[in-house]
Amino acid sequence: MARVLLFGRLADLAGWRERQVEAESLVALRADLSKADPDLGEALRGPSVQVALDKVLVRGDRTLTPDSEVAFLPPMSGG
Amino acid sequence: MSVTLQTDAFDPGALLSAFCRGRQETGGICSFTGLARAEAGQTRLLTLEAYPGFTDAAIAAMALEAAGRFGLQDWRIVHRVGPISPGEAIVFVATAAAHRRAAFEACDHLMDWLKSRAPFWKQEQGLDGNRWIEPTARDLADAARWDEAAG
Repeated sequence: MARVLLFGRLADLAGWRERQVEAESLVALRADLSKADPDLGEALRGPSVQVALDKVLVRGDRTLTPDSEVAFLPPMSGG
Repeated sequence: MSVTLQTDAFDPGALLSAFCRGRQETGGICSFTGLARAEAGQTRLLTLEAYPGFTDAAIAAMALEAAGRFGLQDWRIVHRVGPISPGEAIVFVATAAAHRRAAFEACDHLMDWLKSRAPFWKQEQGLDGNRWIEPTARDLADAARWDEAAG
């Protein structure tokens, strides 16, 4: 189980901003999200979307724990 | 040395007065206040989304680096999040240094970074609907000036 957060246009696309998802890893989480919502899955695979695990940017796969917080970040606009 | 993200409106004058208080060794303080523009009536509302704990940490890390680079004694950043109406203050940056040049340059540098690279997601609600904004070419070019200066 991980807490998943979406920001900006990703949240608009999905229709939600925060959700608990059962997944053991980032790869499994992406697969689950993609299965539930293929359009979101495709958007999350975009090269400009970054992933933060527990508020730190990460690349590639990571193991998730029940306390993990995963955020998908579209291009940042600046203030 | 602190960064605040807040939904409430702020008074730039009060922030500057507080920042200036009690300084014996500061020769110059530079401050910048950014306001939300109406874009000739096209923008009715600006909404800024932040990731609490991530956005403020990124801003603080950048400001600490700038403080070292420019030799700042102190800095203060306040940034609005949530809905912001045209004419309202959206960002406040103040820098304190022994001499004015460092305060000016650091403030300019901090604003360029905040405008182009700070982790916010900005949506404009205009007459023709809502749209998510990404940094303009001008914002990116302004920020890149400092990369060249460092290299």
